[in-house]
Amino acid sequence: MTVWRQAAFLLGFQLRDELRTGEVIAVVIPFGSIALLVIPMAVGIETTLLASIGPGMYWAVVLLFGVVVTQRRTATSNPSHRDALVLLGVDPAARFAATAAASALLLLLFEIGVGLVMIVLYDPVVAGWGWLALVLPLVAAGLAMLGTIAGSVTDGGGALAPLLVAPLAIPILLGAAQATEGLRLGTGILRWILVLALVDVVLALAGVLTARVLEESSR
Amino acid sequence: MPEDPIVAVEGIAVRRPGALILRDVSLQVLPGEAVGLFGANGSGKTTLLRVLATLTRPSSGGGTVLGAPLGTDAVERVRPRIALVAHDPALVANLTLGENLRLLALLAGRRVDDAARALEAVGLSGASGRRAAVCSNGMRRRAEFARVMLAEPDLLLLDEAHVGLDPAAGDLVARIVESVTGRGGGVVLVSHERERVGSLIDRSLTLADGRITEPGR
Repeated sequence: MTVWRQAAFLLGFQLRDELRTGEVIAVVIPFGSIALLVIPMAVGIETTLLASIGPGMYWAVVLLFGVVVTQRRTATSNPSHRDALVLLGVDPAARFAATAAASALLLLLFEIGVGLVMIVLYDPVVAGWGWLALVLPLVAAGLAMLGTIAGSVTDGGGALAPLLVAPLAIPILLGAAQATEGLRLGTGILRWILVLALVDVVLALAGVLTARVLEESSR
Repeated sequence: MPEDPIVAVEGIAVRRPGALILRDVSLQVLPGEAVGLFGANGSGKTTLLRVLATLTRPSSGGGTVLGAPLGTDAVERVRPRIALVAHDPALVANLTLGENLRLLALLAGRRVDDAARALEAVGLSGASGRRAAVCSNGMRRRAEFARVMLAEPDLLLLDEAHVGLDPAAGDLVARIVESVTGRGGGVVLVSHERERVGSLIDRSLTLADGRITEPGR
């Protein structure tokens, strides 16, 4: 069986598990929305200011809550289940791909949900909305892979995982913020899209190539 | 010509920071043989099972499991022929028992029908749609045995196999042990209950403080 087929099976069951726990939809999106709501309370109802800081605040919330999404308990994080997968011969790269893909889809859902709240609260002026259809998945994939690698390095997350993710996510956050700023100012954003794509490729390679070593070291 | 042993390990030691979990453990399991492993809590029984399952790399010592030298990449080839039933069930809590078995069947390259048949064989066909999280310990244990049936292993490693099972389900453990040994496979069975597993095993070993202290029958 190919790695991709193994990953596809695992992804399907992970998403089913997530739909049943509803952690991202019922907990993380509402709390992310509250975080966006708190900021206007702190800076005051200055509409021009809010419109200009809105996208930046949005990406900060995506980063911080994105870590929560990637470090959630996953269907395959039970140690006995992990052992069973190893004994079945499931490739560690398949487990990485499935976990990262599930996190990416959930992060995309989070980005859309919280993005709608940001638009309502901050009313940002952004031209070229179509580009966001590219930016949002690239950011979701990057954060998901980074979080999955950090979870493996720290063996299941804990307090150390967010500390690893936050600084390493700076290129993603920078690319995302600069892309939306470019859209606001009507300047080109292609180079920032390329930065995001490049970071994703590097993370995908790092995740796949280190999956076996990280899995061995966690046992 | 003598048959190759299922397990042949010698001088196994497992060190962890500040502790020597296993020391100089040697063990052989022959085809068709079931070995009982006894010992107090913390004696190293579970660690030894994990070494035999190729999940824990020994700090020193070596040997083979199903012909694959421990600590080499060759173990990856034989892993699908090993089944480990650990203390905690290898089930995803929010998936149903049926879904858990289907996932494992698909990953093992088996048909989905095989998962249903395995559940039926352990008396859980009626509970196939029940989430693992709301099943009793006994049901989860039975589902673990369904997983073993699905895997049809050549080496079965059971850690406290009878925990959570009612007396009637004891026959299930016997059936599974016999099915593996009957095929020429090997079984290592960890337990605290010598009386309960006595009829299942061909010989017993006792571990104390990480060392085999009492080989016997």
